[in-house]
Order: sequence, then C-alpha cells, then structure tokens
Amino acid sequence: MIIEGGIVYDPINGVLGEEMDLSIEDGRVVEKAGGSEVIDARGMLVMPGGVDAHAHIAGGKVNTGRIMRPEDGRRGTEPRTKLLRPSTGYTVPNCYAIGYRYARLGYTTAFEAATPILEARHTHEELEEIPIIDKGALTLFGNNWEVLECVRDGDLGKLAAFVAWGLLASRGYGVKVVNPGGGEAWGFGGNVKGIDDPVPSFDVTPREIIRYLMRANEALRLPHSVHLHTNNLGKPGNYETTLETLRAVEDIAASRNRQVLHVTHMQFSAYGGTGWRDFESKAPEIAGYFNRHDQFTMDMGQLIFGSATTMTADAPLEYGNARLLKAKWSNHDIELEESSGVVPIVYGRKNPINAIQWAIGLELALLTEDSWQMIMTTDHPNGGPFVNYPEVVALLMSRRKREEELATLHDLASKRTSLPSIEREMDWNEVAIVTRAGPARILGLPEKGHLGVGADGDVSIYEINPEKVDPSRDHEVVKAALARAKYTIKAGEVVVRDGEVVAVPQGSTYWVDASVPEADAARVRADLVEKFAKYYSIQMSNYMVQDAYVTRPRVVRAGVI
Amino acid sequence: MIEEDVLCPFCGCLCDDLKVEVEEGRIVGVKRACRLGMSKFMGHERIVAPMVRRDGVLVETSYEEAYERAAEILKAAKRPLLYGWCSTVCETAKKGILLAEEVGGVIDSTATVCHGPSIIGIEEKGLAGSTLGQVKNRADLIVFWGANPAEAHPRHTLRYSSNSTGMFTPEGRGGRKVIVVDVRKTRTAKNADKFVLIRPGTDYEVIAALRMIVKGKGDLLPDAVAGIAKSDLEEVADMMKAAKFGAVLIGLGLTHSRGRYKNVDGALSLVADLNGFTKFVVLAMRGHYNVAGFGQVCAWETGYPMAVDLSRGAPYFNPGETAACDLLARREADAMMVVAADPASNFPRKTVEAMAEIPVIQVDPYPNPTTFIADVVIPTAVCGIEAEGTAYRMDGLSLRMKKVVDSVYPTDEEVVENILDRVRRLGDDN
Repeated sequence: MIIEGGIVYDPINGVLGEEMDLSIEDGRVVEKAGGSEVIDARGMLVMPGGVDAHAHIAGGKVNTGRIMRPEDGRRGTEPRTKLLRPSTGYTVPNCYAIGYRYARLGYTTAFEAATPILEARHTHEELEEIPIIDKGALTLFGNNWEVLECVRDGDLGKLAAFVAWGLLASRGYGVKVVNPGGGEAWGFGGNVKGIDDPVPSFDVTPREIIRYLMRANEALRLPHSVHLHTNNLGKPGNYETTLETLRAVEDIAASRNRQVLHVTHMQFSAYGGTGWRDFESKAPEIAGYFNRHDQFTMDMGQLIFGSATTMTADAPLEYGNARLLKAKWSNHDIELEESSGVVPIVYGRKNPINAIQWAIGLELALLTEDSWQMIMTTDHPNGGPFVNYPEVVALLMSRRKREEELATLHDLASKRTSLPSIEREMDWNEVAIVTRAGPARILGLPEKGHLGVGADGDVSIYEINPEKVDPSRDHEVVKAALARAKYTIKAGEVVVRDGEVVAVPQGSTYWVDASVPEADAARVRADLVEKFAKYYSIQMSNYMVQDAYVTRPRVVRAGVI
Repeated sequence: MIEEDVLCPFCGCLCDDLKVEVEEGRIVGVKRACRLGMSKFMGHERIVAPMVRRDGVLVETSYEEAYERAAEILKAAKRPLLYGWCSTVCETAKKGILLAEEVGGVIDSTATVCHGPSIIGIEEKGLAGSTLGQVKNRADLIVFWGANPAEAHPRHTLRYSSNSTGMFTPEGRGGRKVIVVDVRKTRTAKNADKFVLIRPGTDYEVIAALRMIVKGKGDLLPDAVAGIAKSDLEEVADMMKAAKFGAVLIGLGLTHSRGRYKNVDGALSLVADLNGFTKFVVLAMRGHYNVAGFGQVCAWETGYPMAVDLSRGAPYFNPGETAACDLLARREADAMMVVAADPASNFPRKTVEAMAEIPVIQVDPYPNPTTFIADVVIPTAVCGIEAEGTAYRMDGLSLRMKKVVDSVYPTDEEVVENILDRVRRLGDDN
C-alpha cells in the first residue's frame, strides 16, 4: 500500500508537516511497497495511528458499569450491519462499539488501565471481543498482600519476582498502582490519608509501596514505568500529596530510556483548597514541578461536560462520590488484591467544581512545556468517554475555543484557575505527540506512534489540510475532521473510510514476560502456595489466565536475566 | 487417574477443588463434591440421540437433520426466543447472542425466573459487593436473607461464608455471628445465632424498618413490624452496626416474594446505609453455576445483562416487555430455542402452555420436562465434565472449567454454531 502526498506529522522521526509518501507492506512501514493499492492523501493530515495509554475499556468494573446503567446503554445505539455487530452505550459502550469508535477517531491502540490479577481472565475475555485495535492491560499491584509483605520485609528481589509472576498470571503489560494501601484499608471500610499513613495490619506506608514497586519495575527493566493513581485523588488540597509523592521518588532512576513514573489522570490530583468551598486549581504548581523534572510523565484526565461513569480501583473514593452525589454505587473488593467502585456522574457547566476541574485538565496540558511529558486522555469514562477526544484536541489548539467555552461555565472556572491567561495553542506536531508518539514512547511500544521503517502500519488520515486550516480560528473544522477519520489503516489494512468502519480485523494483545532469578521465583511460589491454601477462595492451579484467553498475543520480553 | 482442582458445574459456588477419579475414560469417583455436585459427576439419564417430533412423537434422527430443522424453525419464526444459557459455558452464550442477532430474536437467561429482580435492583442502586474470598477472610457477621445454602449451595458456608476461615477470621464460625431471615426455619437457620422468622411477602417492610433503625429513625416505628417485635429488629440492627465486616447474602426468598426487585433495592440500600457505620457488602446467591456468566457476556456484547430484544438490529432491553415470560405470556414468541435450561419445570403455567403451542428446540445433555414439549431435541456434552470453557461464579469471578472425560456428543457451543451455520445458509434477511 502507498499513501500518496499526505501532509505527515511523525514527531518521533522528526517529520513536521512534510508532504510525503508512505509505504506499507505485510502490516509494517517499509521503504517502498509493491502492490497496486494507492491511497490519495493529498491535502490531508497524516499521522501515526492514535494510542490511548489509559482508558477503562474491559473487565469487571466496565461490565459493572454496563449492568448498573441500562440508561447509558440506550445512548449511542447503532444497529448491526452485514459487517458490524450492534453498538450500545455512551460512557460504557459494549465491546464492539469500543473498537469501532476508536477506529473512527483514527486510534489503533488502547490500553485498559486497571486489572486485578484474580479477575484478569474476565478482562481478557472482553479485550478479545473488542475489534480492530491492539490492546493491553495494566495489572494492579498497589494493595496486593504479597506486595505489602515484600515491602514490609524489605525484600526487593522477591517483590520483583512477584511482579513478574503477576504480569504472567494476568497476561498484563505493566505495573498499575492505585491509591496504594488505601484499597487494603478499604477491606475494613478505611483509607489512608497520605503517603506516610500506615496501612492497617501490614505495617507499611504508601510511600514505601510506591518506592518499592518503582524499584522492582526498574529492576525488571519493564517497557513501561509504574503507572500511578495517587493517594487522596479527587480531594481538595491533594496537590500537596501529589508533589510529596513525586519528591519521594526523585532519587529513583529509570532503567530504560523513558520516564521513571507516570502519574495518571493528573486533573484529579491537582486540587487546592481546604474543602469544596475554596476548591481551586493547583495545576500551575504541578506543571511547574514537571517542567523542572523531566523524569516524570502524566496524562490529563480531562473532564467532559455531560454524562460520565466513574470507575476505579480507588474504592473509598467511589464511596465518597456516591455519598456526595447521592448516586447509585457499586463496590467490588477483590480478596488479597484490591478494591474498586463504580458511580455514575453528570458533569455540569454551571457546577463550580466541575467547571474548575475542566479548566485544570487543560491548564496541565498547556502549562507543561514538554509535550513528551503529557498524554491527552479523559481517563475514559471517568472524566468522560473517549469519543470526545476531538473536542479536547480542539481545546488544546484554540484559545478562542477555550474562551468561548469559559463564557458558558460557572465563573469560578475563570477565577480559580489560570486558564484564561494561558495563550498557548498546540500545533499539529504537539497534537501528534500527546495523542500518538508520546503515549507510545511512555508505554514503551517501539513499533507504535511513528511511521518510520519497521513501525506497525497503523496510520490515520484526516480530511483537513494543516497548511490551510487555522485551528485557532476554525476549531470546529478540527473537531469535525478528527471525529471521523478519512482513513484509518490498521496493520496495513483500511479499516475506516470516510468515517465508517469498512473492515473488522482482530488486533493483538500486548503482555510482558519478565525473567527473574529462579531462587526468587521459588520463594514467591512458596508464599503463594500458602496464600492459596489459607486465604484465596480458589485453587492456585486455576488462578493464572490460560492461553485460550489471549489468542493473538504480542509478548514483550523483559527481566533481570 | 485423578484429575485435580476440577470445577463443579452445578451451583453458583463453582467449587474448584474437586478430585475426580477417571478410569478408562469413565468417572469412577469424586472427592470433595457435595451431594449435588456428586450426582452430576457420577452421571444420570442422558438424551441418547438427536430427535425430531413427527406426527406428535419424538423420533431419533441425525444431528444433520436436527440442525436443519432447528435452523428452519428459527428462520421461519417472526419472534424467536432464545432462552436458557445457565448451565453451559460463556463460549456457548457468545454464539447464542450472535445467533439471536442473525435471526432477529430475543435472548434471555434463566435469571429471568431467578435473580433477574436482583439485577433490576442493581440498576436502581448499584451493588456494594466483593469476591467471596473477601467474605471468607474478613466477615465477622453473615446475614442470609431468603437464602438456604445448607440445601441449595451446600459447600458455601464452609468454603466462603459462615464456617470458613481466613486471614482475619482464624476462628471460623466461632468468631462470627450468623443471622438468618426466612419464612421458615431452614437447615441454614438452625446454624444461626439469630433467626428472624418473617411472614411471606413482608421482606420489604422488614428491610425498610431495619433501615430506619440503622439511620436513627427507629422511634417512628410501631412496636411490631410485619409481626416481628421492634426489639428483635433493633437487636439485628445493633449486630450489624457492631460488625467489623458484614456480608448480606440474598436468595430467591427476596427476589421471588412480593416486592421482588424493590426488596432487593431495599437490601442494597440497607447495605449502602450500613457503610456509613462500618464495612458491609452484599452478594446474590446465584443458582446455576454459570447463570452469572451469561449476564456478563450479554452485557459486554449487547450492553445489557438479560432480556435483550435484537429484532430491530440494535439491542433493546426492557424487562417486563422483553423477558422470556413476557413474550410467552403475551403469546408473542412463535418459536423457542432452549439451551441448558428447563423452562417447562420452572416457568409459570400460562407461559408453559404458550411454549407447548410453538415449535421448541432443546439443546441439553439431559432429558427434562421441556423435552416433552420440544420438537427438536439435540443432546450435547456436559460442560465442565466433557467440555471445557468459561464460567462465572456467583460473585462474578471468571474461571476456566475443565474437560475430564471424552464424550460422543458435540459441545453446546458446537451445536449452536452448527445451527448458526445452517441459518446463514438459509440467508440473512435482517
């Protein structure tokens, strides 16, 4: 396949809006392809396929959201066609809708952000059912008893071996840490209040859990860094916890050419104020810190007005949400490993808190100078569904659009944030970084997020001429073009044409197989044998995700030996 | 040869620690199973061969003809109903949903006459739950409401609830309190620290009264509620609030007495309220071993967990209108496919009469009363014994079921796939 004459943005390879041809053969970018398939991209924007590094798209809590929200299912209903299965849902779409909608946006890869090992089989059952895109799942470690015990005992070798085993058992890609220690405390209805608040029964602190998991992550040379959801997330004044957390790990070095820690959906962790009354943005403080510390990355967790479904392994947060909103509340504690919750929400433009939250996400993205430290996300579906990514990109590219939006919001969005004074407007190169190149690099996917020879043949082509359209003024044109890719090409196959899905291949699933010294692995096995005999409600032999659940694996090797 | 850690395809406990002894391809012994599971492993009467009804009589035929007949029935029907899916694996359910899409049918599971009201309750309030291991390790108070595990889920108490031991519950039953609320003194009730005998149909009142006491409004209550002394209810509320970790386990007594989903709504709300004081979770005591699994698969494929009408190409969900019994009661369904279930035994009489008047396809390893009104009968291998696949335990935990012996019969999944294949050959008209 040859893509002719497009205006290409490929930041990893230093291509900044050059008119050039691209060749794809056998699913990969090549120097020169044979064959007769030619796509005319003249006058169109061409970028690598989009990469979503943080979205809740598969597994127990997503399905809980569907089951408890039939009212959401009715939004976004599309009937089946000769080619497509039916779609339902807006914030919690069914599996087919997830694949189709990502493809229509020009996204070709998405990672599920939080999977407990015990319930990873379910996650993979859903990932298998999501068409078109490549995917992977991050595995939860921050409240696992074996982790807490290794940290308590200061046994880094055993911890690393357990992390490797947990990734294998869950067919997981990376180490996710959510409200470390808080999930265990929630087992008896408690929480931790900061990074030095001890975890009940285990004599460890969140600070120690984060540090040890980061050190284990680096000892294993995993492709991705630890992916952290901070303590105190969602609470006024939490920016101090966030900064304290970052300062606590400044001395840890990355083992690979990437960040040493990714802090996710930062919008929810950048709050000032002592309560909801004096709630305010501390995004400038957080972004300023990131500008001085290039070893850390974050994603936005941008809020979208309207309906959302909050879902997280931070169960005490969800209980708080449910009480605050008087909303329906699901909770799911997972023995020895995690807790989680799901609560529907509607974000209102005239709600002062929501309006400030909306501004904070944009402030973070625009005040963080190096776009490689930032990923555009909505923490789907917590801040809002991923189908709104074109809206977020338009906001990042147009100060005029931001001003138009601010005029419709509660006035505290202007008074308690710095957004009105921010002039920066991202250009297409920066957009390509925060939606493709950056997330691919941050996840550690060398074949994604760029269009160099050897890269996966994942390309998105949008019917917008970056040389003619001024995104600052014509933000509606930008949004419309990004919402319906002219072409999405997945592994060299056209899957979307004119905004419609025209082919439904099955993507693959990334997971990481990390090697560890046998002596450490044996010590982990001995611990687990005891845990299964005494505490788990299933047998150890039935625990690990079987190969039948990952039919197109893409295994990344890592480890200490 | 002993097969270790075999899963039991009987009830929602989905016990995964069975030892099955196999000699020359036959099961000769099972260890650790309860009597219900044991009976399934040791085997009982099977449907011998495929059958079709000719001149009012079921006669043996080939699989090929049975598939053809099934496909013709589904294809000719204007409002086919595809029902069951509780005693088979998720892989069958996936194929069944695709078949329902292709024939423009309505798909529903046995939850409709079981914990369907619980699901509707969850739609109203959400479910504050946990895995069963969390209850095992932490719960110092167990409340069985309208549930009788001693008869229906025999190993539940020992493996997961009142009599289990765990990290924070080393004393097992000795360190726990057990409350049973039921309309009669069940075997489960005999093991309780506190038994509350309620009149049938008064669950909602009793739960509402408990919620008032828990929230400090008990002084507004009369001296007795639904025949129960207020002091009894106060004692129960005190026990609940004194617990470090309480678990309410709800059964069909709640879902199938007067009030139905409102009873469940009440129980879920009570548990949410109790979380303002201490830690509480609530779980549904699901019946068949994979009825929960159908709900999961149906939710991620269609967006809804049961009662999904696919006749318009897009999923439409409205229990009360689109559930199996609704369609039959209105005499709307004009063909029915029953997979791994027995509606003739469990459905209201009027709906079974409606079934008897329409073509019925049965896919099942075992003969049951539904066989008597079926027009096409297709025998299959027993999932979890003769076929592998995925099942979801009552708490939503996904596990892989094993195959321990070979079978001459095709699997449920293969049968549904074969029918789907014949349907496609007849032409896709939607």
